[in-house]
Amino acid sequence: MSTVVAQPVDEIKSTPWSGGKSPFEVEYGKIMMWFFLLSDAFTFSSLLIAYGSLRFSAPVWPAASKVFQSVPGTSLEQGYPLVFVGIMTFILIASSVTMVLAVEAGHRNSRKEVIGWMIATIIGGFMFLSCQALEWNHLHSEGFWWGHIPTKETLEEFFDKGIPLAQQQFTAQEFANLFFTITGFHGFHVFSGVIINIIITINVLAGTYDRRGSYLMVEKVGLYWHFVDLVWVFVFTFFYLV
Amino acid sequence: MSAETTDVHAEHGEHEGMTRKRIWSVFWILLGITVVEFIVALAIAPHFEHANWINPIYIVLTLFKAYFIVAFFMHLKFEKVGMVLAIIVPILFIIGLILVLTNESHYWVGLRL
Repeated sequence: MSTVVAQPVDEIKSTPWSGGKSPFEVEYGKIMMWFFLLSDAFTFSSLLIAYGSLRFSAPVWPAASKVFQSVPGTSLEQGYPLVFVGIMTFILIASSVTMVLAVEAGHRNSRKEVIGWMIATIIGGFMFLSCQALEWNHLHSEGFWWGHIPTKETLEEFFDKGIPLAQQQFTAQEFANLFFTITGFHGFHVFSGVIINIIITINVLAGTYDRRGSYLMVEKVGLYWHFVDLVWVFVFTFFYLV
Repeated sequence: MSAETTDVHAEHGEHEGMTRKRIWSVFWILLGITVVEFIVALAIAPHFEHANWINPIYIVLTLFKAYFIVAFFMHLKFEKVGMVLAIIVPILFIIGLILVLTNESHYWVGLRL
């Protein structure tokens, strides 16, 4: 009767957002890891912004080049700012590279290479944690801790000249609390990252991902590990450089 | 589990973006930026006491490092645009918190002095 060609009503749409598949083409566990990391980014930025605002509001602050000027574990006690933290930063960047190489080997389903790079990543993680332990021990031996600062006589070593003692004590305490809280929270993330990496490596050794046909789990822990590196980049800048 | 395997194979083509050569070049870039930060901190900053243009340099270099880690190591550059926006746009809220709290801390300075 009619010559008008009607649009077929039952045509199946196949655009990315018409349902039935992930519009992002990312597997569920991986996207959830991303959203977890997003929430973790908010936690870390809250801590760092709290640090920033307390530091901005303080008239004086302990000089980073005087607080961090030794290389713990060696005889270099004074006059070497940034050397030790430079080593720590290098270790963490290097372990991030070994992680991404493990992910890359995973894409080629090369089990031996994944194991090698995962073990390198775990060693890097332990090296970083050991350095952090040395750094904490060094600051603790100088008198810094949660709720503790060095004695009146030694406190002025950590400040520029000519600052009243009351101001020194006040901001040294703020610095100590913030330093141990933020690097402690980051160190805890590194520690859990190492534990997760060990679990995944055991699974790789057991052949779990060969049976599954994909090394996607390596990619997911890789995201977490890179995030830990990412946070360190910011902690390093705001505690040691600024 | 079967869903996971099919998705992986569907995605496989996109992972060619990250070759071993590229991984190492990103590593050298990150190391290079860190070395520049050290040069600024050890060789340049001591000559300019209380200069207020040094901290912005550190922050810009840090953001560069963050970009390289997120884009290449975390592979976000090679994901779908929707995925990238889902991760990056919420981060912008942090700028709001920075603005609010730096403003507040300027007020605290006044109270303390």
